[in-house]
Amino acid sequence: MTPYARRRLVNAVVMALSVAATGFGLLWLALVLWTLVVEGISAITPALFSQMTPPPGNSGGLMNAIFGSIAMTLIATLIGTPTGILAGTFLAEYSRGGRFGEAVRFINDILLSAPSIIVGLFVYEIMVVPMGHFSAWAGAVALAIIVIPVVVRTTEDMLNLVPNALREAASALGAPKWKVIVTVSYRAAIQGMLTGVMLAVARIAGETAPLLFTALNNQFWSSNLNAPMANLPVVIFQFAMSPYADWQLLAWGGALLITVTVLFLNIGARLLASWSTFKP
Amino acid sequence: MTAETAGVARISLAKGRAGAIGDVVFRALTFLFALLVLLILGGVIVSLVAGAWPALRTFGFFSFVTSSVWNPVTEQFGALAPIYGTLVTSAIAMLVGIPVAFGVAVFITEICPIWLKRPLATMIELLAAIPSIIYGIWGLFVFAPFVQQYIQPAIIGTFGQIPGIGMLFAGPPLGIGILTAGFILAIMVLPFISSIMRDVFETVPPMLKESAYGLGATRSEVVWRVVLPFTRIGVLGGVMLGLGRALGETMAVTFVIGNAHRISASILQPGTTISASLANEFTEAFGDLYRSSLIALGFILFIITFIVLAIAKMMLLRLQKQAGN
Repeated sequence: MTPYARRRLVNAVVMALSVAATGFGLLWLALVLWTLVVEGISAITPALFSQMTPPPGNSGGLMNAIFGSIAMTLIATLIGTPTGILAGTFLAEYSRGGRFGEAVRFINDILLSAPSIIVGLFVYEIMVVPMGHFSAWAGAVALAIIVIPVVVRTTEDMLNLVPNALREAASALGAPKWKVIVTVSYRAAIQGMLTGVMLAVARIAGETAPLLFTALNNQFWSSNLNAPMANLPVVIFQFAMSPYADWQLLAWGGALLITVTVLFLNIGARLLASWSTFKP
Repeated sequence: MTAETAGVARISLAKGRAGAIGDVVFRALTFLFALLVLLILGGVIVSLVAGAWPALRTFGFFSFVTSSVWNPVTEQFGALAPIYGTLVTSAIAMLVGIPVAFGVAVFITEICPIWLKRPLATMIELLAAIPSIIYGIWGLFVFAPFVQQYIQPAIIGTFGQIPGIGMLFAGPPLGIGILTAGFILAIMVLPFISSIMRDVFETVPPMLKESAYGLGATRSEVVWRVVLPFTRIGVLGGVMLGLGRALGETMAVTFVIGNAHRISASILQPGTTISASLANEFTEAFGDLYRSSLIALGFILFIITFIVLAIAKMMLLRLQKQAGN
């Protein structure tokens, strides 16, 4: 074999392997989604949305868990979004190149990838222990701590994409800086910032680990934020690990529900990002 | 651009002093929330140390991390088995995940037709969007039985028979265990690693690649001799980021690892990781020492992931500066 033929062969093999790797990655996506649809579709009935989580061996639904998940996700988003946007604004508008900003950016990126179970432990220590019981508030705060770094990051990135000429134009008209930020920078970057919030909601919609030690679970309907509250991920965890067929079916139904929600949020966020005025 | 011009036009002229006060207030507000990010991290460290203190004082840090005893009845706790499980599952995830992620990144940046790039990249990234608990339930009901029936018997029959390393693959095929957990972790970290690799591959100046092609290099030679040397630090950063994710991953592992506090030579046997022990035992841990030992486990996990993620971040920052220059 000539050296040239060998190089071509090596190239063909390497390229074939990389095609295979991509196929391998996509295969798992397809397998997971396929299983979810096959196993979960028969659990998607009106009862799933209108009945409470049943005791073992009985049929029922996930109504309380769906409510709890929506409630805690909503509160977490309401706490996390303004916090994240303001912190991101500081990084992008007030602290380009500053030491303090560098530190915040660094720590924020670490929080972004830090294990979510650690967040659960932290909130357990600061809220569950002093209050003496598990509560939906604690669950919402744990989820909010996961929302914040995501929103900080996207807000900063999106504000950085806004051309300085726009800010300078507003300043030249005599606008104070805060007004430039609120009426010019935010308006220009709003789609991108919304994308970040949607991605954050998608991230917490399926988070389980931080809820285990904070909101715990509740077999019954509860809208009391000071008491343990049912939520989809923890119910799925409990039901899937159980030996009862009814419970396992409900777990599959809940899993399908969460995955569809998360995928829609993700794809929606990407579409929104592709429509935004300034793109990365 | 019309929306922005309208926004600028609508700004009224600043009213001197009122604008200045608004500036001070707004700046202080954003500063406080930026400070909050640091406070969260500080709070995490303080609360974990405080929670772990009783256990670390009773057992001593060194003997806590080197003891493999985990006995809630006699209140003797050691962290070695979960630490071992965490490291081994993450190592398996890296062994499987890095080559696949590299292949995906090469395919998307070098081979794939342009119209397919975005949809393909999105689909791979959706792997990261699927919540961990979904991988867990899928792993328990679909993947583990498959591994038990087809993959493990094959491994035991081949590698398990080799003298010396055979003990790594010994024992009955259970389906669940360290290998299965590591494999599912590999699928979960794949999108994180490959998306960073893709990003850093895109930073290679086209001129460099084109010069190599002009000299007659093949695609694989361009990847090995031009792209990889240029992006080495960034690729390592991506790998470290994936490792950080793998170390702390909780739910998927909890479902398939078998939750046994022991260290087996065989990777086919059940084990536990730090995060899986926490998820399984924390709410049922009676006794302060038991709970404190679990928090101490969490503290160790936090230190490990913090170091790994900090290294990842510094490597990516270095690449950014290099690309900026």
